[in-house]
This record gives sequence, C-alpha cells and structure tokens, in this order.
Amino acid sequence: MTERRTLQTEQISGHPGPVPGMGMQRNLEVCKLIDATTCIGCKACEVACVEWNDLPFQPTTFDNTYQTMPETNWNYWNLIKFREHQREDGTLMWLMRKDQCMHCADPGCLAACPADGAIVKYANGIVDFHQENCIGCEFCVSGCPFNIPKFNPATKKVYKCTLCSDRVGQGLEPACIKACPTGCLHFGTKEDMKMLAETRAKQLRDVSGFKDAGVYDPESIGGTHVIYVLHDAKNPELYSGLPKDPSIPFAYKAWKSIFKPLGLIGATLGFVGVVFHYVFEGPKREQPEVPPPKPEPPAGRKEL
Amino acid sequence: MTNGWIDMKNTDMMLIMGGNPAENHPCGFKWPIEAKRARNAKMIVVDPRFTRTAVVADQFLQIRAGTDIAFLGGLISYALQNNRINKEYVVNYTNAAFVVKEGFKLPEDGLYSGFDPATQVYNKSTWNYEEGGNLTGKAAAGATMMAAAMHAGAHPAMVVAAAATAAAKPGAPPPPPMLPPNVAYDLSLEHPRSVYQLLKKHYSRYTPEMVERITGIPKEQFLKAADLFTSIRKDGDTKKVGTIIYAVGWTQHTFGTQIIRTAAMLQLLLGNVGRAGGGVNALRGHANIQGATDMAGVFDILPGYLKVPVPNDKDFDTYINRITPKAAKPKEWDSFNYWSNTPRFAVSLLKAMYGDAASKENGWAFHYLPKVDRRYSVTDIWDDMYRGKVKGIFAFGMNGVAIGPNSKKNIEALKKADWLVVCELFPDETSSFWESPGITAEDQKKINTTVYRLPGAGFAEKDGTFVNSARWLQWKNAALPPPGEAKLDQEILARIFLKIRELYQKEGGKFPDAILKAAWSYTNPNNPSLVEVAKEINGKALADVTDEKTQTTIKAGQQLPGFGFLRDDGSTSGGNWLYCGSWPEAGPLMQRRGTEDPSGLGIYPNWGWSWPMNRRVMYNRASCDVSGKPWDPSRKQVWWNEAAGKWVGNDVPDFKPDSKPQDHMGPFIMNPEGVGRLFVPLGFVADGPFPEHYEPFESPIANPLHPYQSTNPVVKKFKTAMDKYGTPAEGYNVVCTTYRLTEHYHYWTKNNPMNVQLVPEPFVEIPEELAREKGINGGDKVRVTSARAEYIAKAMVTKRIRPMKIDGKTTYQIGIPIHWGYRGIVEEEGKTAKDLANELSPTVIDPNAHTPEFKGFLVKLEKA
Repeated sequence: MTERRTLQTEQISGHPGPVPGMGMQRNLEVCKLIDATTCIGCKACEVACVEWNDLPFQPTTFDNTYQTMPETNWNYWNLIKFREHQREDGTLMWLMRKDQCMHCADPGCLAACPADGAIVKYANGIVDFHQENCIGCEFCVSGCPFNIPKFNPATKKVYKCTLCSDRVGQGLEPACIKACPTGCLHFGTKEDMKMLAETRAKQLRDVSGFKDAGVYDPESIGGTHVIYVLHDAKNPELYSGLPKDPSIPFAYKAWKSIFKPLGLIGATLGFVGVVFHYVFEGPKREQPEVPPPKPEPPAGRKEL
Repeated sequence: MTNGWIDMKNTDMMLIMGGNPAENHPCGFKWPIEAKRARNAKMIVVDPRFTRTAVVADQFLQIRAGTDIAFLGGLISYALQNNRINKEYVVNYTNAAFVVKEGFKLPEDGLYSGFDPATQVYNKSTWNYEEGGNLTGKAAAGATMMAAAMHAGAHPAMVVAAAATAAAKPGAPPPPPMLPPNVAYDLSLEHPRSVYQLLKKHYSRYTPEMVERITGIPKEQFLKAADLFTSIRKDGDTKKVGTIIYAVGWTQHTFGTQIIRTAAMLQLLLGNVGRAGGGVNALRGHANIQGATDMAGVFDILPGYLKVPVPNDKDFDTYINRITPKAAKPKEWDSFNYWSNTPRFAVSLLKAMYGDAASKENGWAFHYLPKVDRRYSVTDIWDDMYRGKVKGIFAFGMNGVAIGPNSKKNIEALKKADWLVVCELFPDETSSFWESPGITAEDQKKINTTVYRLPGAGFAEKDGTFVNSARWLQWKNAALPPPGEAKLDQEILARIFLKIRELYQKEGGKFPDAILKAAWSYTNPNNPSLVEVAKEINGKALADVTDEKTQTTIKAGQQLPGFGFLRDDGSTSGGNWLYCGSWPEAGPLMQRRGTEDPSGLGIYPNWGWSWPMNRRVMYNRASCDVSGKPWDPSRKQVWWNEAAGKWVGNDVPDFKPDSKPQDHMGPFIMNPEGVGRLFVPLGFVADGPFPEHYEPFESPIANPLHPYQSTNPVVKKFKTAMDKYGTPAEGYNVVCTTYRLTEHYHYWTKNNPMNVQLVPEPFVEIPEELAREKGINGGDKVRVTSARAEYIAKAMVTKRIRPMKIDGKTTYQIGIPIHWGYRGIVEEEGKTAKDLANELSPTVIDPNAHTPEFKGFLVKLEKA
C-alpha cells in the first residue's frame, strides 16, 4: 500500500458535488484488529493515544473499577472497558475491550453531519473529523451507534479517534498498535485482518473451548474498519455494551437518503419556479399602498 | 530465569503462580501469549486473585496466599503416583537414586531431624547422603537395617546425635559435615532411604483432600489442573515441555525459598529443566534487579555469587577451602563441579578490588574484606537502626520507608538516626519521613536526624547495562543529560568514596588500608565512565595467560574472552566471573543488536550477551537424553556430535564441551553432585531438605499437617516493641496480600500526571461477599487494620476474589496495591489518607533469602 493511496478521500460531509480526487486511485481498506481474547488491559494503547495526539490530562476519580474513566472523552479517544462476567459454569471472565471509533463503512456521524468538510471518510476506510470545519452541532454524537464522538465545551468542537490518519498517511501503524505489548492489536488491510481474525476465532473454538468465539464486524453498518475477536461473538453486549446490531438513527439516514435529496429537489424546483415566475409574470411591481393591520385575534385562537 | 523471555514461546504448558506477568511484565508476557497462539500451549494461573494474567489462562485456580508449597507438593505427589515423570531424566540427572543417611527424619510432626528448640536451628548432620557406591539391587538389605534400627526403639535422629557427640573432641567445635565423595545410590530407586522413596513418602501426605483443606482449591479443580500440567508426560511422552513462571508472589513468604525449590523439584521430576520452553523462571521486578543480584546487591554474597567471608575465615586459604565444594557423586559417574574453580574467581575479584595491593604473599588482601558476622538484610538494618545500633543510612534507588515491612517502625528508626542520605528523583517518603502522618510540629522539633537529599539521574539519563530476567546484559545509551543539579550515580558514589579516602589519609582510622588501597584507576576518578567499569568487571590479563587446550594466549593488559581464562595466581583480574566474556578485546558484546535467529528457537545469539558465556538456556545438557540426543528433535538446543567428539548446538552448551555421554557427567554442573537436587543435603537450605508446607507467620488456621508446628520452625521474628503480630483470636482473620499495578511503578509514578490519570487513588480489593457482610459498597472508604497499623482507602468490590473454605472455615482474602504514600500528586492534593500499604506488613523474613512476608498476613476490615 503506498502512503498516498491510504488517505484518498471518498466522502465528505455536507459537501455538494463530486468528491475531489475520487475514483482516481485503487481502493485499499485498512483495518485495526483487536483480539479481545489476548488483551490484558495494560492500557499501553491508552497512553500511546494520549501521547501521540498530545491530549491534555484530566482528573479522574476512583469508580470501583480498573477502567480509567466511564467513557471515552474529547481528550481520551482510546479506553479499555473492563467488565467482570460470571459464566454459567461458575468460572469468571474479566472482559477487556479497547473502545474507540470503529471507523464504520457507513458512518453514522458523517451521515448526521451538516457541516461542509467537518467529517471525512477516506477511501481506506478511516473516518476523520476536521475540527476547523466543525460547527459544534453535535449531530454526529447522536448519529454514532457506538457513543464515540465527544464534545469539548471549551472549543465547541467534537473529537474522536482518527485511527492515527496522520501516521497511517505516512505509512505507519496507529500509535495504539505500536504500543501494544502482547500483540493483541494488529493493523493491515481489511482483507488480511479479517483472515487473521477468523483464524484466531477458529483456534478459540477448536482448541480453547470457546464455542461461540467469532469476529465482530457488524454488517448492519456495512462492516467496520476496527474489528474484534470475541470469546462470545453471539453476545457482544457482554463486552461493556458492544451493540449486537449497531445502526444509524433513522432520522439521520432519512436526512441523507430521503430528506436531503428531496430538499435539493425542492430547492431546485423553487428556483425553477422563480425563474418561470419572472419569465411569465415579469419583475415585481411597486404596490400602491400598505393594507391596514388586521385586528387582534381573540384569545385562544392561534393564527398560523 | 533458567531460560528466557523469548524462549517461553517454545513451551507446551505453563504454570504461572506467584507472579502476575500480565500486570507487572506486560512486554515479556507477549511470549506466553505467543505460545498459546502459535503452539496451542495451555496456561494454568494460580493466584489469590483473578488477575490480569488469569484473563488469558486456560484454567484459573484461586489459592490462599502462602499455601503454594501445599499446592506444588500436591502436584509432585500426583506426578509420582500417576507416573507422569521422565524416569530416565529423574534417574540420571537428579539425586533421586542417592541414598540418604540413616537417622534422617521426615517432618511428619513438622520438624526434620536435628532441630534444637533452644536456638531454633537445625543440626544438619543427618541431612546428608550415605557413603558407599552402588547399592542397586541391595534395597532389601537397606530396608532391613532401617527396620532393625526402628525395632530397637531408638529414634534414628537420636542414634546419630549420640554418635556425633561421642566423636566430638571436648572443647573443639565439630568439623562442619561434608558431602561424601562416593555417594551411595540405587538406580532401581527402591531403596527405602533413596531420595526418590523419601520424596514419595513425604509428599504422599499432600493428597488432593489435604491440598483443598490448606489452599482452599476445591479437589476437583486441583485434580483437573494436576492432570493438565502433568499431561505433558502422559503415556511416557518425553517430547513435550512445560515451564513454571513466578515472581515475588513466591519469594515474599517465610518459606519463599522453599516454594521455589518445590517448583524446581517438580520441574526436575517432569524433566523440564534445561529444555527450551521449560525451566523455572523468575520474573524480576525491576529493569536491573538481576544485575543488582549478580553484582552482590545482597549482604551474604560477593559479585558472581561467591559467599561472603565470615569471622571464622582466618585467612584466604581457610575461606577458600570453606567455600570451594568438592565433587560428591556416585563413583561411576562424573561431575564437573564447576564451583571447584572458586579460587580463580575469588583471586581475580580481589585483584580487581585491590590491584597491586593484593598479592599471593598477603593472601590476596583477603583481610581487607569485611567479615559478615550476622544477618544484614534490609529488615535487619532497619531493626538495628530502631535499636540504636545503626546511626545513618544511604538510600539509593530505594524508598526504604515505603518498602517496609512495618513502615512505621522504619520511620521510628529514622527518627533515632543521626543522618540520612537519599538519592532520588522526587522527594520521597523516606527523605520526608519527618513529615509522615501523625508527626506533629511539636514532634518534629524533637527529630535530630540530618537529611541530605541528593538529586539523582533517571534511567533515561544514564548509560550502562540493564541485566534482564533472562540474564541478558544489554547496553543502553543515555537519552538526555540529567537536569539541573542532578548527577549520575557513579559520580555521586565516586565523590563520596574519594572524600572518605581523603579523610582516612588525613586522619588515619582504625583500618584505613581497605579504603586507601582499593583500586580506583579510572580516567576520571570523580566520575568513572561506565565503559571502564564494565571492562573492569569483565576482567583482563595482568600477565600473559595461555589456555593449554587451545593454546590461545591473552596478552597482559588485554580483555579476557571468558571465565575459562581466570587464574588463581594473580595473573588475571575480574570484577564478576559470571560477566567475564561480556567485553572481550574485540569489544562490548552487550552492545550487539543482531536479529538473526537461525534455529527459530528465539535464541538470538548475536543480540546482547547473556551470562554465563552467552548461554540462553542454562543446564541445556539436560535437553538431551543420556546418549546425547535431544528429547525433542523439533526443539534442538545442543547435542553430542560423535564425529567431532564434542557438544555442539544452536545454543552454547552449558557443559564440559568434550565430556562423552558414556562418562555420565551430570548436567547440573554447579552442584558438586552434578545432578539436580530433589533432596538438598546439609545446610544449603536452612529449613529442610524437602520443602514442607508451613503456615504464613500470621495465619487464619493451624497447619492441618501438624497443628503444633504450624509455622516455619527456623523463622526468626523481630523483638522490639514495634514488632507486633496478629492472631485470628484477636480478630485478625482476613488474609491480606499486596502487589503492584501495571499503571504504576512502585512509589515513583504517583508523581507523574499520566500514571495518576490511569489509576488516581489507592484502593483495597474486597470480595463481594465480604463487602456485603460488612455493608461496604464500591467506592466507600474502608479501614484495614493489622497488628501494626491501619490503612484507609476506597473499596473496590469485586467478583475476582472469592470467599474460600480453608480447613472447613469460610475465609476471605483482600488485596492492596502498594503504590501510594504521603508524597505525590493526589497525596499532596489531600485526596488520600496518606497511608503506606507496608505499614500493615509484618517484620518477619524468610530464613534463606531474608525476604519479608509481604504476602498473606492477617488484617481486620471495616467500613471507615
């Protein structure tokens, strides 16, 4: 994969017309593989993320868990979620799931975003926020099925994991991958990662006794560019609420696929109407006088 | 470690116990995971808590802290009874066939033969082998003799003791017992006093039921784990291999050394020592703790594990005779007895220390060495200071107050000291002892200790070597210079030394020579370069030295290529024989960064340098059968090459290179027997030839094996008013253990906002059931009280520690991470109770390694 191809733009939020440069180069999708079955929750990925992205520290408080904070934050994009789970046979599992942007093939944030160029999806699958174009409307926050984008009230902008688009653009792996000491994180093409993940899941099923081990790459949003190997892929919710069938809220889907085109048609028709009106009716003529104001409507009646 | 980090990828079976590598060694832990991923290796984790390591285990067993010998003894018994051992290995590479002296008694009542209750020390004369050669086939005769002795009604121990008394000349101390040069043995292993039969008898008491009563591990779970771990020897398989991985969860007990011995014995029985993917592997908890140990960071050794002189060593010859072992083996077998080279190592060390002042005539200046007359472990030093015997202390690279045990005693001790010098990066608890909680402004006026804080340099500001757990010396470069007034350790130490020497020069003193004549020939005496120090430790020829076999000559002044060149005639010097070969004339091998691994076993022979002589797996002769062929041809480490007439291989053979397999030289070349010790003779271990389960010093129950000898009989407790110990009768009935978190590093990272963000506050891990009983919710403040102090922190209520049935009684365990104190970011923001976890831990130590019992002491728990 050459570095330039990895950051080729495919979609741009709120942007009319064709995407610049689209279709000129071959698509190669990148993917982060998180093998939750070999994660030891060491938080090296959390530290690497904070350090690479130069994110400011925030005070945290003890919350009866090893987890650093309850959710990802505008200045904390990578968070391992810890959950104690007792299985039916009485044995315990301590499930650790690295939570961050999933870089959806069909990104809800992008669908929801009305700001021109605030959210970009590259052809390699990375979904990136460009804060200089962000208008702080937070539609992306509600558009995300994974509760990832977070608003910074000080800057009035929204932030999240970039899959280290800056590093990947230069041919490097994301910082979290580089820091992972156990090799539970992998990075490569979607195809390769999918294969590696399936191989590991098979090993877990065949050798380690996890009958329901599998890969999390939800089809409901067209797959993701961050995928998981889970001991129990039938119950992803066990892993601190990983949604089984994530979906983009209907309103945002409708916004992009129905109302926005309709609106455009409406606007076009409106403009055409204006033109026709001008052609057939001519320019606006001066009105002789202003009509006298109407009397106040009686109470209880609303005038539309 | 006998093996190394990367080597763990070669294993088929892992027992991780007394360590939490995922938490404390996350980088090294990639190799156990690699073994699982690439070889389908199995992992068994045994711990008082469901740890980060347990997350990836195939089986997790929750054990009561401090009952590891019971569990491992149960495994030994299981392996013996189910024939899950490597018989050829056991007969030929261990002392299983050796016959033990008559009069040796197993500790059915908790005591081995020879115990003196007055001194609490064993007379170890019966802990020895019998003299006498091959008794194979003569087992019946031995049995008859034993039976006759028993029948006569005399306790065997008494017979021997009486004989010893009769033989001793009045007035003169009896000569120390020696190993017999011609050991009696029975290759059929049937002799009733063979090590094998005694071992079998000893551990037959460790039934699954007994294991359950002591450890709290249900019998079914124990049997499942025992079957799994020993499955590598199922149906006579000798190809597979298993490893045991441990850390301070095993050492920090009043029987820590014996826990590790039990593991070593299990590995010997399974034939796992010396093999790729096998071994007994200690995970060292600091980047350079292995190096510190190798270079004598402990009071009872000199560099390279030479024993320290004692007052009875009147001169060099007495000393060297005492510490140089003589081969003790079956006559028909061979033993390399590598420690027979001790004189070469000792003379070269003295030449490195005293240069020209050490000569043959003055016994190599042996009289300059201090003679160690008693224990000087860190716990003893604090005790001595508390009792007013030690007036000052240098604390470098340690936070002595926080380390404990019984931190409040250490603080009291410092109040009585005249002076304290602390070299640190941050103002730590030790250098701020006078500000510890509970000391009022009025109290402070009464403290007359002068405290000197020396700003030290951090690890990234120093060059030099780290020696990792795998015994690899790896050179590192300084990343940046020390900030401000901070200085490198070697500059601080050199300037103190030179100042002291100057005082001796000016004022004389009781014994100035040891200081005045110490060699100090560095280019910059005030700040010796670590390159020069590393070369000095490697050693050089002082006169031309020739190896007779290869006719290689090392010219005077040249660096030595290996410890084979060290001499006892003063023609060589070397600061640590084990490091000899790390910096030969050609240059520093610890700076190598070769990434070739031709064998695929993860040996990487050209990366750094490991002692001894770049061997990556110690005792690797044992990776082959008696005829010199690898047990597993797919993991070939070394082998006998008949054509060449020598041992060759992917690793450096840890053996006499030309010893033919027919000569039957034992692979454990550091033992005078040449074989691995299932039975430790004489006094090499203070508390018994076979490890026995003793209860932790503070225990919720009486030892089910022998309630009247519940704890280790040779443990010494401390006796000041501050050395208090709790009992269940006083309400101390919760078992408490202490540990580190991956997010923090000792008492250091609490000064770093990044680490503080990851885990901001101290906490106590508490089982849900206990929390419910005490009305405690997660996040509530709790008070943990031991006989010594109380500790307040927030509760982490968890499923990861469960209530246990110990000897039929419901028992709870709790855990405390150690990282906080009264100096640090959250401490100074007033967010914590400013307590040190080690205020709780008891001043009681292992009789061999002198490590305090930080794991498994008793506390009370309540809502604060």
